[in-house]
Amino acid sequence: MTFNLQFLVFSVLKIVAVLAWVYFVLWALGRKPLWAKLVGIAVAFGVVQLALTKVGDFQVMNDFDRGLLFQACAMTMVALGLNLIYGFNGQFSLGQWGFYGLGAYAAADITYRWVNGDASGVFVAGLGVLLGGAMILGVGRLASGVFVAGLGVLLGGAMILGVGRLVKRYKGMPILSQFTLYLIGAVLAGFLAVVIGNPIARAFAGGFGTVAAPGILQSVPIQQAVFLLAVLIGGVFAAEISFLFGLPVLTLGSDYFGIATLGFSIVVQTLMVNTDTLLPFPEMKGGRGMIGIPKWTTWAWAFIFLMFAIIVMRNLIYSSTGRAIMSVREDETAGKAMGVDIAHYKLLSFVIGSLFAGLAGGIYAHYIGFLSPGTFDFIVGFNPLIIVVFGGLGSMTGTIAASFGWLFFLEGLLRVLLGQLGTEAPTWRYVLYPITLLLLMLLRPQGLLGNVEWGFLKRPIYPPRKDSPAATAAPPGGELQPAGE
Amino acid sequence: MAQASISQKSSLAARRPGARFAWIGQGFLLLLALGVVYILVTSFLKDPMLFAQVVLSGLQLGFVYALIALGYTMVYGIVRLINFAHGDVFMVGAFVSYYAVARFQLHLWPQLVLKGLSPGAAVVIGSVTVMLLSMLVCMALAVVIERVAYKPLRDAPRIAALITAIGVSFFLEYYGALNFVFSPRFIPYQRPFEVVTFYVNNGIHQLQPGQAPPSGSLLFSNIFLIIMVASIGMQVVLQYLVRRTKIGKAMRASSVDKATARLMGINVDGIISFTFALGAAFAGLGGVLYAIAYPSINTLMGVLPGLKAFVAAVLGGIGSIPGAFVGALIMGQAEALTMGYISTPMRDAVAFTILILVLLVRPRGIFGEPEQEKA
Repeated sequence: MTFNLQFLVFSVLKIVAVLAWVYFVLWALGRKPLWAKLVGIAVAFGVVQLALTKVGDFQVMNDFDRGLLFQACAMTMVALGLNLIYGFNGQFSLGQWGFYGLGAYAAADITYRWVNGDASGVFVAGLGVLLGGAMILGVGRLASGVFVAGLGVLLGGAMILGVGRLVKRYKGMPILSQFTLYLIGAVLAGFLAVVIGNPIARAFAGGFGTVAAPGILQSVPIQQAVFLLAVLIGGVFAAEISFLFGLPVLTLGSDYFGIATLGFSIVVQTLMVNTDTLLPFPEMKGGRGMIGIPKWTTWAWAFIFLMFAIIVMRNLIYSSTGRAIMSVREDETAGKAMGVDIAHYKLLSFVIGSLFAGLAGGIYAHYIGFLSPGTFDFIVGFNPLIIVVFGGLGSMTGTIAASFGWLFFLEGLLRVLLGQLGTEAPTWRYVLYPITLLLLMLLRPQGLLGNVEWGFLKRPIYPPRKDSPAATAAPPGGELQPAGE
Repeated sequence: MAQASISQKSSLAARRPGARFAWIGQGFLLLLALGVVYILVTSFLKDPMLFAQVVLSGLQLGFVYALIALGYTMVYGIVRLINFAHGDVFMVGAFVSYYAVARFQLHLWPQLVLKGLSPGAAVVIGSVTVMLLSMLVCMALAVVIERVAYKPLRDAPRIAALITAIGVSFFLEYYGALNFVFSPRFIPYQRPFEVVTFYVNNGIHQLQPGQAPPSGSLLFSNIFLIIMVASIGMQVVLQYLVRRTKIGKAMRASSVDKATARLMGINVDGIISFTFALGAAFAGLGGVLYAIAYPSINTLMGVLPGLKAFVAAVLGGIGSIPGAFVGALIMGQAEALTMGYISTPMRDAVAFTILILVLLVRPRGIFGEPEQEKA
């Protein structure tokens, strides 16, 4: 047994390189003209693309590293979502992994059906998600008295219309009753989606001949479009489920909410095991795992979704909505006194966080090509939580850096150990990993980065408002400090 | 809202007309309950004996969960920590008894040392020794875990301790899975005593080895009786300890207000260690009994029972000892009835669905006290 020093050094260098890349991305997005930002992003994208390109036999990042990179992108999105829910909004959630799984399975099912000549996935799921979204938005709006007619036309159900009117007219309806109404709506929407979507899909397939034929429908651009649609549908599906689930459950206190969300993760995993027996999805093959998912995730997609998550997160956090979300974490009573609708912002951050997780699930499913319930085990589901706490609760930079560093660290550890221990290495990895975790928690309980932010993610310096007394009284100079600092 | 007086309520109703529609949610819950009752009643009418058998297996499971749930509820009551490592302490308890019985034949010592003892008494003493050994090892382990991993983080944010608990849990599971420790395989467990099965058919009869039970009879074994006696006995012991002794008083005081308890001369750190040790002792006993009842052990065996026991504690109202017991029985029944009448893989889903529903109706659990306003 020789100690592979070269490999150890190489692993450490890899982690450093990845973290430097993350720093560069955040720096490139930071305060500079738009063209400079675009150039910076293009460079960040191009460097990795180059590293992934094979020149003869030489490749800087092999397929294994490529996989790690994609997983890191997906994990960043999941962890950012969790940081929004837990770090910024203060709701201790263990259910993020369940939403990740929901998104992954939903997206994978659509593309799987597509490559197997069945367009119904896109239509049924798409309609379901759209109608579900319309239900949630529509019924929510009805409460404030806007979308009555629109929803009535969309669903055509006199019953739903009546329900919407009820919610609208009788404000302050107990959460459980609202939940029941939305549940009825969701079930109806799903039913309608199946009834309407299937004939359309059939007509569509008939119009184009067999979809499976290697014709225009299986050309790369169409496939990529379907992939994008599938990922979006998966994400929105996860978000809608999180709305339904979060509406009643978010009223619980912090630890109770955590346990309920943990329960959600386990329920989702159990349903995944039963997809072919209790649920009508034989192609998901239950506990044996779903194989044959087309591997359509490219680095470009992973990068685009990563950027999307980072930019949306940052802009959300530094907006007035973000301040309202954080006020829930700081002090609910004070927030309420300031007129913040606590329940609304809890639900909002929960839904957005789950949306991120669902999107990440789609990215993951189409990179790995294989989904099994074991991947979405609740024990693995602690990983995003560990990452968020590791990086520092309420630090977006910490979450991003920790996601990348964590995956490359664990895999690097595995590779180093493999040389020493052979087949027992995976177990040893999970012996050493908790020790590292323990040491870090004992030495830095506030997380690696605390609440430090890098580059783009730093609090922006707001220009003074034109009508504010500060702007009229004092000339807009350097001595103006952003409020709340 | 519940405490609001009638006049306030009526004015609230005037401002919030939707409050009148509470019946929609209640009706939804009622429908769910009716569905469950329907399934239970029809399956009972179809085959009462089978139903009783399923309920009995649920009770057995529930009594084991109750033992584990005690540790969760006590620890959470005092330090507000979800001790994820508790399920793994339970696993260690099972493994200690496995080594004591299969490797060192510890359960046979009364026959070797105390000659002239009746065989029955020797088996009882031997088995009890094994259980006590497991409990002691688990207590020591829990105290070490508490001192090393949790105590330094007592003033840190709560999440740090939770992450450490997950870390300790991982460590115990995967350290145990190493080949020179326990190995990751499923190991057949050797019981310290023989299984005696009884059947109820016009009175209780003992089932002879090789004999098939008459059809339509209810089967139960001495394992079930031991688990029931041990679980109820431990409840009583714990109730006595917490309600009647000085250390129990100190535990209750620490759970209400640690700073004031310290001012009153209570060694709070010692009490916390004692609580961990006590919980671990029950978990160790639970581990032995669980392994005896379901004789195949593995280093990951503690994860799901541990989690379900925690859920049982939450269901009953965390911090409440009778609550943990009742919650555990409910969890056991839910699981057994689901396995019997719906499908085996759905048992976890049903257990957690029940938890979510109960929390929606009673946010602090069945025996839980209403939430205190944050200071």
